Amino acid sequence: MAEKINNRTVFFNPFAKDNPVVVQVLGICSVLAVTAKLEPAMVMGLSVTVVLAFSNVIISFIRKTIPVNIRIIVQLVVVAGLVVIVNETLKAFAYDVSKQLSVFIGLIITNCILMGRLEAFAMANKPWPSFLDGVGNGIGYTIVLAITGFVRELLGSGTLWGFQVVPTSWYEAGYVNNGLMILPPMALIVVACIIWVQRHFNPDMQEK
Amino acid sequence: MNKQSSIYTIVYIIVLAGVVGAVLAMTSMGLRERQQANIDADKMRQILSAIRVVPDKGMIATDFNKFVVSQLVVNEKGDSIGNDAFGIDMASESKVAASERRLPVYVCDVDGGRKYVVPVYGAGLWGPIWGYVSLDADGSTIYGAYFAHEGETPGLGAEIEKPVFSDQFRGKVLLKNGKFLPVNVLKKGVKPKAGEDYVDAVSGGTITSKGVASMLDDGLVPYKAYLQSLTGK
Repeated sequence: MAEKINNRTVFFNPFAKDNPVVVQVLGICSVLAVTAKLEPAMVMGLSVTVVLAFSNVIISFIRKTIPVNIRIIVQLVVVAGLVVIVNETLKAFAYDVSKQLSVFIGLIITNCILMGRLEAFAMANKPWPSFLDGVGNGIGYTIVLAITGFVRELLGSGTLWGFQVVPTSWYEAGYVNNGLMILPPMALIVVACIIWVQRHFNPDMQEK
Repeated sequence: MNKQSSIYTIVYIIVLAGVVGAVLAMTSMGLRERQQANIDADKMRQILSAIRVVPDKGMIATDFNKFVVSQLVVNEKGDSIGNDAFGIDMASESKVAASERRLPVYVCDVDGGRKYVVPVYGAGLWGPIWGYVSLDADGSTIYGAYFAHEGETPGLGAEIEKPVFSDQFRGKVLLKNGKFLPVNVLKKGVKPKAGEDYVDAVSGGTITSKGVASMLDDGLVPYKAYLQSLTGK
């Protein structure tokens, strides 16, 4: 490695400047699927962060022993093992949320962010920066999930984290929840709005 | 050591698979009890919602024991053949011919009357659907119903799990003029041929609605003898 790895930038860059979802546009599929409500979105974000951090550390530890031919398979085995552990733990301790997330926890295996980070970072760096990179990217992913989930649940169901926040008097006055917000396409539009706002304030990100 | 040799690669992947497999096996064994408890609690909640009881958080098992006074297993002839209704897996039971099936019944005391809850299991558009139907003491009038699904389309077929759909079943009767006819699920404006009671289908969820209708047909008819014996009482 010619360039010096700065732990600070490794950790904080994925929050906004190098966000995996809105800048690198990875992991969009799960953002669409699990953000109709805030709670599953946050649990999903947490699960991805845990899997990403630990798979980064494990791969980083064994990176020098991995035969090049099968490195993707090795990465997949590690990720898949961690995902199954997270899934089983959710089933045991947060059954309702795991029912809502259903297949999407299992699909973390195919989340592009994971393979991207493992291949691009953990295979070439020491365990501690890899851990920070994993946590940082996980948090960057969670931030986008949280904003999308917040907007969609508030406008789509009038609730936040399951609690009613839009007062009943509004409904009596003719306010109606926006049913479109519940449907997956609106997640794409909300994410697009986040990208728009972010690029508006960061002119250097705009493509010429 | 040559890390690119075939032997190294094969040994590496075998060791890795072994380690990961061992860790997963340990996780699974360590968490199994808790998971089973969650699955059981969820099943109890579903049975309770068929008798219109919504337990508070953490009160599911208490309420279940309070309202469900006894369980029994009957056969197609209506004879009792056991009492472990809760342990019966409807998914495998529904594959067996009706005459061979073990039919669970949950006897409940709720709202000042005796209710009988029977499970049903069938197929929707994308995967299995199931439910619980509670009947009044006459064994014919539906007191409440609960439906669930594994992966029906949100907003369309998935609407069967909403109270708007399941509440329609209240007060429908299975026994009409001496004939046993399960409730049908029909598109608005369509009348049933055999004169059975019916409810409105979910709009946009035609296949799922038909699935519910055939699930009720397939799931309730085997109970005919048992339910008719209740009517006589």
